[in-house]
Amino acid sequence: MADERVVGIDLGTTNSLVAYMEGDRPVVIPGEDGSNLVPSVVALDPNGQILVGNSARRYLIETPDRAVYSVKRLMGRGLEDVQEELKLFPFRLATDLQPGEVMRIKLGDKDFTPPEISAYILRQLRRNAERFFGAPVKKAVITVPAYFNDAQRQATKDAGRIAGLDVLRLVNEPTAASLAYGLDEKKNGIVAVYDLGGGTFDISILKLHDGIFEVIATNGDTHLGGDDIDNLLIAIALDDVEGDLRVDLRRNAEVVQAIRKSVIDAKIALSTKDSADLEVELPSGKHYQRTIPRALFEQMVEPILQRTIGPVKQALKDANLEPSQIDEVVLVGGSTRIPRVRQMVKDLFQREPHTDLNPDEVVALGAAVQAQILAGGSEATKDMLLLDVTPLSLGIEALGGVVAKIIHRNSTIPASATEHFTTGVEGQTAVAVHVVQGERELAKDCRSLARFDLRGIPPMPAGMPRIEVKFLIDANGILHVSAREQRSGKEAEISVQPSYGLTDEQVENMLLESFDYAEQDFAQRQVIEARNESNTILAALEKGRGGPAWQQLSPAERNSIAQQEKALRAVMEQDDYQAIRKAIDSLNEGTTRLAELMMDSAVSSALKGKTFDEADTGEGPTAPHPFAPAEIKSE
Amino acid sequence: MAVTDKNGLHAIQLERKESAQGACWSCGDMRAALFCESCGKLQPPAPTDYFSFFGLPWKLNIDATKLEHDFYQFSRKLHPDVFSQASEREQGWSLQKSSQMNDAYRTLKDPIARTEYLLKLEGVQLEEQSKAATERARQTGEVKKQVVPPDLLEEVFELNMQLEEARVNKKMGEVDVNLENELKQTRKNLEAKFDALDYELKQYWNEWDALIDRAAAGDSDAVPDQERRSIRDKMVDLLNRRSYIRNLVRDVSEVLE
Repeated sequence: MADERVVGIDLGTTNSLVAYMEGDRPVVIPGEDGSNLVPSVVALDPNGQILVGNSARRYLIETPDRAVYSVKRLMGRGLEDVQEELKLFPFRLATDLQPGEVMRIKLGDKDFTPPEISAYILRQLRRNAERFFGAPVKKAVITVPAYFNDAQRQATKDAGRIAGLDVLRLVNEPTAASLAYGLDEKKNGIVAVYDLGGGTFDISILKLHDGIFEVIATNGDTHLGGDDIDNLLIAIALDDVEGDLRVDLRRNAEVVQAIRKSVIDAKIALSTKDSADLEVELPSGKHYQRTIPRALFEQMVEPILQRTIGPVKQALKDANLEPSQIDEVVLVGGSTRIPRVRQMVKDLFQREPHTDLNPDEVVALGAAVQAQILAGGSEATKDMLLLDVTPLSLGIEALGGVVAKIIHRNSTIPASATEHFTTGVEGQTAVAVHVVQGERELAKDCRSLARFDLRGIPPMPAGMPRIEVKFLIDANGILHVSAREQRSGKEAEISVQPSYGLTDEQVENMLLESFDYAEQDFAQRQVIEARNESNTILAALEKGRGGPAWQQLSPAERNSIAQQEKALRAVMEQDDYQAIRKAIDSLNEGTTRLAELMMDSAVSSALKGKTFDEADTGEGPTAPHPFAPAEIKSE
Repeated sequence: MAVTDKNGLHAIQLERKESAQGACWSCGDMRAALFCESCGKLQPPAPTDYFSFFGLPWKLNIDATKLEHDFYQFSRKLHPDVFSQASEREQGWSLQKSSQMNDAYRTLKDPIARTEYLLKLEGVQLEEQSKAATERARQTGEVKKQVVPPDLLEEVFELNMQLEEARVNKKMGEVDVNLENELKQTRKNLEAKFDALDYELKQYWNEWDALIDRAAAGDSDAVPDQERRSIRDKMVDLLNRRSYIRNLVRDVSEVLE
């Protein structure tokens, strides 16, 4: 067993999960509430505390301006790219944003960049894992859509760092899913992974063979998923409301979020039922209701689903394969539960898709497998190796705004290219290089990755310097650049201006801030947990008072307990964790004999065939309190 | 290029042919290559051509199955995932070497890329594909030198007229079915010519390989440079023709869409 725990994390648009390898099988780690999925929702509660997951969800409807969902759709993107989407989100951007700055989202009076928001989600997952193991967790593999570009990947890595994680590797989601599938099935062959999630669509074609998972081609759309279906239905509902009731509620964030919730419930219901109802309480007591038959739903969302066909065809073309040559199609992502999607996939590939794996969990499970491969420990994974590709061509902007491609899409990574540049002017000591990602001919139609200034070139006549620039895409799909002026042998300094990213310094600062915040978080959490524990004991004490065991105590004992109880109640109101702890311990000690007496009577009652009430343990620590009755669990 | 690590050991640049007189930084053994043959430790990257990386001579016929097998074998040993727990230095080497290997495999796997690469090693600048030429053309506004294969001159002339007409039709929204059928037939002919080039290229490969074999055998009537150049030129010419035909086919397809 590895002495340091490594986990796999699926940081999803809608839900996030953390998993690990238990022996030869990956397993999802549940949260405190027992649920495997942590909704990717972050909210600021009225006390200024950050909440993540299910507890944050209700704030989406109550105070939507203090909650964020689907932040993945904003990662690594510039303001211009997300203008349309922002209109549909209830949260607002910080008002003092400078051009070229990474966007910041307002939550109440605080603002956060998308990586910081994602870091909160990651931190929650990390806590879940640490609670599960009873040990610290620092190392993780995090998944990203295969079609994520460099900026989006870097943003994800930044989020990991801010959350205090050592990100061992970023793994592409379809590739991770194939790992889970391959571990399960152990077959060789050509597998297509069709991954339609909340915000992104990926199609990857892989060759599985003797433990090697080789991606042949990948394609997708990082702007296509279940959220688009939701948004379409929301728009339709809003139109309905405006039409029927003559009121435009688009600006009413609470109503929009309530409609959104209803729309999502209906969408999910329509996967198993033939019709579902939209039902929303509108302000001023009015009621919006509409029945949606499945056929109508399918008609409405058909254009959205059709958008997956282009990337699939392109991937097959790049792989030089016909659909009939695909041995297996694996479905990933919650949106693949929609029957129309399954039918579409079946038509595209002329075969029934493989649906044995849980489409919500398979990516996290695969990430756990990859984490194990990297940790190098296990019998089950020792022959497994992932060979992934870069999804987008890398190019340099040449004169005239045209792109010169230097690394082609679907090149196995790590991949590299070397280019040579020179100066245009006498004595020029710096050269500007603009790197882009994409398939278009013109740089302006591609995604700008970064602009590099290569400085420190020794002054020479124009055209003389020979600057060798090495581009390297690492196993995470992230670009690294190094440059050297060959005549002088001098390493050129490269100052990178990431187009949509945070600088290292910014990430470091956020990490430091998060420590402070985490401290604060941690301290607050401790107080809350201690209060919960106090409530448990006090409740048990109340019960104890009503029972026969209480009578067996001496007046002195009963008095002493009463005092300790009073002390505890007093200190609970305050924020001093240490004081509460002390009072709990003191009361615990004082009630030891009472507990023993109750235990004896419990045993004797049980033997008499009586049932025993369980104390309400609330949200406190999961270890049974000695004062609580013994629970006989059947495994 | 000699690299000194902090222990004062030198790892020397690999020669193309034989394993180098290099010492393993870890155990001091000689014959350092990708990995030390004695202790198995990963060695620093060295500039190597793609053929040598896979232990292949500069010959154009390749056993594709063996190449793939070697690629998988090397991947299992070189991939950064394998060095996740190793020293930062080894991680850096693994990153560089595996990217070198991936580039090599990608190039050698594809027959055309392999041919172009070999020609590049031989110092040839393929006119049509030369980025420098494109750059210059764009900069000066000159029309890039078009190398029209002589055997296609007539056809190309005729085809260009047809394409012009078809483009005009398209703009007007008119459809001339006869013209379209003619174009489709032309495309078919071109595609056949294109496929035939594969066979021709293979012939040249065989010629080239025979030359290399002779040189390796240390034939006393050493291979005159002229022969080498002649085969090279034939291959360059073929690649240009191939590229030209491919562009024509693309032009026709664009118009017919």
